[in-house]
Amino acid sequence: MSPLAPLGALGRAVLRLLGEVGAVALYALSAVSHVVRPPFYAREFGVALIQIGWLSLPVVGLTALFTGGALALQIYAGGARFNAEAVVPQIVAIGIVRELGPVLGGLMVAARVASSIAAEIGTMKVTEQIDALVTLSTDPMKYLTAPRVLAATLAVPVLVAVGDSVGIMGGYLVGLARLGFNGAAYLENTVNFLETWDILSGLVKGAAFGFIVALMGCYHGMNSRRGAQGVGRATKQAVVSSSVLIFAANYILTELFFAA
Amino acid sequence: MIELRGVHKAFGTNRVLRGVDLFVARGTSMVVIGGSGTGKSVMLKCILGLVEPDAGEITVDGTEVHEGDHDAFLARFGMLFQGGALFDSLPVWQNVAFRLLRGALKRPKAEAREIAVEKLRRVGLSPDVADSYPAELSGGMQKRVGLARAIAAEPEIIFFDEPTTGLDPIMAGVINDLIREIVTEMGATAIAITHDMTSVRAIADNVAMLHDGVIKWTGPVADLDASGDPYVDQFIHGRAEGPIAAVR
Repeated sequence: MSPLAPLGALGRAVLRLLGEVGAVALYALSAVSHVVRPPFYAREFGVALIQIGWLSLPVVGLTALFTGGALALQIYAGGARFNAEAVVPQIVAIGIVRELGPVLGGLMVAARVASSIAAEIGTMKVTEQIDALVTLSTDPMKYLTAPRVLAATLAVPVLVAVGDSVGIMGGYLVGLARLGFNGAAYLENTVNFLETWDILSGLVKGAAFGFIVALMGCYHGMNSRRGAQGVGRATKQAVVSSSVLIFAANYILTELFFAA
Repeated sequence: MIELRGVHKAFGTNRVLRGVDLFVARGTSMVVIGGSGTGKSVMLKCILGLVEPDAGEITVDGTEVHEGDHDAFLARFGMLFQGGALFDSLPVWQNVAFRLLRGALKRPKAEAREIAVEKLRRVGLSPDVADSYPAELSGGMQKRVGLARAIAAEPEIIFFDEPTTGLDPIMAGVINDLIREIVTEMGATAIAITHDMTSVRAIADNVAMLHDGVIKWTGPVADLDASGDPYVDQFIHGRAEGPIAAVR
């Protein structure tokens, strides 16, 4: 084996990665352009809104509830080291609305929705349903991708808002039941501490994460290879790539919104 | 008429089409035969613009496939896919009337449904099937729904990709008769690809043999048995010995 072989392999991997990044960027631009140009498929948008938004409510709500509760316990135990137990309501609130609500909500939607979109579109691809759409004069980007991307971009901020409320409620319940907080004081501290931008920034993150989740689901589904293995691979890639991109986008948005 | 001249298509190092020349006259039914993996489906997809050829020219009534309004071009076609390619999320009637519910050919919903039910009846399915979902139907019924969808907008040109694959001989015969009737009745130009020699004899006016990425022989179906072409002879008699390698 040539001593330069590992370097060659690395180069090929980097080129593949750059090619993939370029393909995803072009796909994202195409998706956005199809969202804003007619025709619009209202029925497909409505179905996507229910699938992505309404049906994700239980999983996002439960995740937020338990996270809020655990966060309250952690902050109370950690704060006790420097007599700061009283800040539990404030830290739970800011932690949930700025970070944990959008990120955990985004990840739960990625697990539930990106996988389902990739599997559905991937199956359509391998069973020639995408080709059939084209022969029926229907653009798959417009019929399949645009409604899902728009629905996720609008639905995930709403899910984040619900998750924020439920997460704070989780902290409140634990605060009352386990940590001896006064209910009215807990809520008053939470409300007084939060600023509008804390909440809005989380919702903007939610919209970005929703866009990423639907985009990755559609992209990997559309590029699914043949057979059950191809669809399985597309599904896995959709979940992994959307999760990683959510973390990356979260860091970039936090830098933009809150860096000193 | 549909004309292919010197059409080439490769996927990586796999040269699937190596200069296909084919002429299909208006109102006639051409059946393309050939072994698995010889590029028959790719050729159909090239004509439809689903796959872009690397070289060569494809014209429909003298107009290049990739010129002009592609939606208007596709509106002239109907296609029956090998596996049906029905949309799982839509009931049968919406599959059949898909083109009539959106786009340039959009009709009121009630009218589109009426047309769908009529087309279902045309392919021997009762109106009760209209509200079922594709997954609730047998393979033969799915094929018939696919056929109803292909003819729903009364296209000038219809493609059939392996119309009888996976069907029992009786159902295959029913589908073959339906295709022949529909093509004759509508005066449509048809291209079918198949391995099934019963289908060939039932559907075809003309036959073309595709092998190694080129058309080896073409002629009227009546001349098929006396073609004198060793590839055609081996294929239609299903012999292992001959110019076509049995193991590919």
